[in-house]
Amino acid sequence: MSLSVTDLACARGPAQILAGVTFSVAAGQALILRGPNGAGKTTLLRTLAGLTPPLAGTIEADPDAIAYAAHADGLKSALTVEENLAFWASVFGTHDPAPAIEAFNLAPLLHRRAGEMSAGQKRRLSLARLLVTGRPVWCLDEPTVSLDVENVARFAAAVKAHLAGGGSAVIATHIDLGLPEAATLDISRFVAKQIRADDPFADSFAEGAA
Amino acid sequence: MIGLLKRDLTLAIRAGGGFGLSLAFFLIFTTLVPFGVGPQTQILAEIAPGILWLGALLACLLSLDRIFQLDWEDGTLDLVATSPVPLEGLAAMKALAHWITTGLPLVAAAPVLGLLLNLPGPAYPWLMASLALGTPALSAIGTFGAALTVGIKRGGLLLSLLVLPLYIPTLIFGALCVARAATGQDATTPLVLVAGITAGALALLPFAAAAALRVNLR
Amino acid sequence: MSSLWEYANPRKFMATSAFLLPWTAGIAAVCLVTGLVWGFFFTPDDFRQGSTVKIIYVHVPAAIMAINAWFMMLVTSIIWVIRRHHVSVLAAKAAAPVGMVFTLIALATGALWGQPMWGTWWEWDPRLTSFLILFLFYLGYMALWEAIENPDSAADLTSVLCLVGSVFAVISRYALLFWNQGLHQGATLSLDREQNISNVYWYPLVITLAGFGFLFIALVLYRTRTEIRARRLKALIAQERMA
Repeated sequence: MSLSVTDLACARGPAQILAGVTFSVAAGQALILRGPNGAGKTTLLRTLAGLTPPLAGTIEADPDAIAYAAHADGLKSALTVEENLAFWASVFGTHDPAPAIEAFNLAPLLHRRAGEMSAGQKRRLSLARLLVTGRPVWCLDEPTVSLDVENVARFAAAVKAHLAGGGSAVIATHIDLGLPEAATLDISRFVAKQIRADDPFADSFAEGAA
Repeated sequence: MIGLLKRDLTLAIRAGGGFGLSLAFFLIFTTLVPFGVGPQTQILAEIAPGILWLGALLACLLSLDRIFQLDWEDGTLDLVATSPVPLEGLAAMKALAHWITTGLPLVAAAPVLGLLLNLPGPAYPWLMASLALGTPALSAIGTFGAALTVGIKRGGLLLSLLVLPLYIPTLIFGALCVARAATGQDATTPLVLVAGITAGALALLPFAAAAALRVNLR
Repeated sequence: MSSLWEYANPRKFMATSAFLLPWTAGIAAVCLVTGLVWGFFFTPDDFRQGSTVKIIYVHVPAAIMAINAWFMMLVTSIIWVIRRHHVSVLAAKAAAPVGMVFTLIALATGALWGQPMWGTWWEWDPRLTSFLILFLFYLGYMALWEAIENPDSAADLTSVLCLVGSVFAVISRYALLFWNQGLHQGATLSLDREQNISNVYWYPLVITLAGFGFLFIALVLYRTRTEIRARRLKALIAQERMA
């Protein structure tokens, strides 16, 4: 399943953040998004996920193919690991959570409540959710936050397995994931230089009229 | 979508007080009324229908800002919005979960509180029927209000300001139904009107709530 | 032939409103002065109500405009939702405080009128009560605009609120009729005396009505211009920051 983006312009709130974003990710490929803080990585990923409508350009991918993972874990602290996964499995249709539990070594934590876990453990659970969705295109925003070295490797292995299975991934990250085959895209060159073109208030109407 | 409902109910039980708090508020509110208006059973019986409906309405209002707020803060709302579950379905399930945790216990508790306020005998079935048919509308309207204000920090007060005027027709017909039954009049018409508002609110408001959620998520 | 939608362009709107504003304000001033002076000083006292009847020249036009303002907000909100014209929704935003003040005037003059007539400042008459509810709707609408930072999101959410609110306002109106007639007998005192008003009162009333209408248009034009300039300022600041 591929993802192809042409001349995309993205906005955060009323402000245009990115313009002219063009890339494509074929099945089995991963793309690492880089750029300084505030460059628009999160904005781009939210646009890809279909949460924020693009200002211009096209995204060629089935919106139902994209699995999005944000900064926030989206976990319920009162539910156990198993229940959290079962919830997402039911939301995304019935996928077996077993591979997800195995990939992120969650079996020992299965009956622990999410609220009692460390930040890194929560992150692992949150990433395991991606496998439960069963969706081919992963859009991940800083997925390795609070993970230790061992679990970063576990995550990289999960991404490799996903790619090997014909999936693809777009990952915004600052660290080296150990995915040498992944392409890298520096989005700071797409940073918008002007306010959005369709903003009717960009028009200099006020000067002539009283 | 049933998964959403199941999760919300589990959370309501686990998080402690999801079920109980509104009920406790309803009890305290009803208990306070005689302190305000005096212990004369005559007066209490006369105002009981209105007080019981008002208490149920305020008890519903209390828990509204929790409907989407927690899911918004921990990122669940973003993830559900990218899932196959339509936001309309999410809104409907949220309203249903709110009704089961808030409205349904109120319906069950109302007759007991009616005794405290000396509500006349023939009014009890109508009290329960009008609350059972009317509180789903309160939950649906409240879910819409919660969807409008989900992105606003400390939006609880604003939520009340937006939702309470929308509660007026339900309150009028609901309280009128009980009041008529209490004075021996025919209460069918207001009961049917309460049911009508509920039917309309349940059919249309999930769409408005989903539209508001989409705006707030982008 | 030019389309009506041209005026949805801020530049076109600014030019047109700059031309219209002095005219509408002028007509409003002339109509209000003529109508109110005529009504207050050159009409006879009512045989039953005495001189208090003259409050009608403020009360009735304010009440009519209070409802029309909400209706205008509903229409412009729908235009925004369907056609995404910014000026349309800014006009709705601009109209809300004006409509709210008209509602307040209608309520206050109603109380002043009710005191000598009914012996009470406030009566839970369906008509009075529905204006109180309308006032609450205005409050909620304006509070929602204030609470949301992103102007486009605020426009969308307030439009949805306006739509849903309108439906519930209509239901409330009928619920109130049912409520008061249900508990009491039918309203004994109604403010709706337009049918039996005599020509002596009618002409100045029509003139003040026109005056209030033009006053509303002038105020909305003026406030919409302010809103557009505020948005223009935001766009300029954003432009500056990006350059």
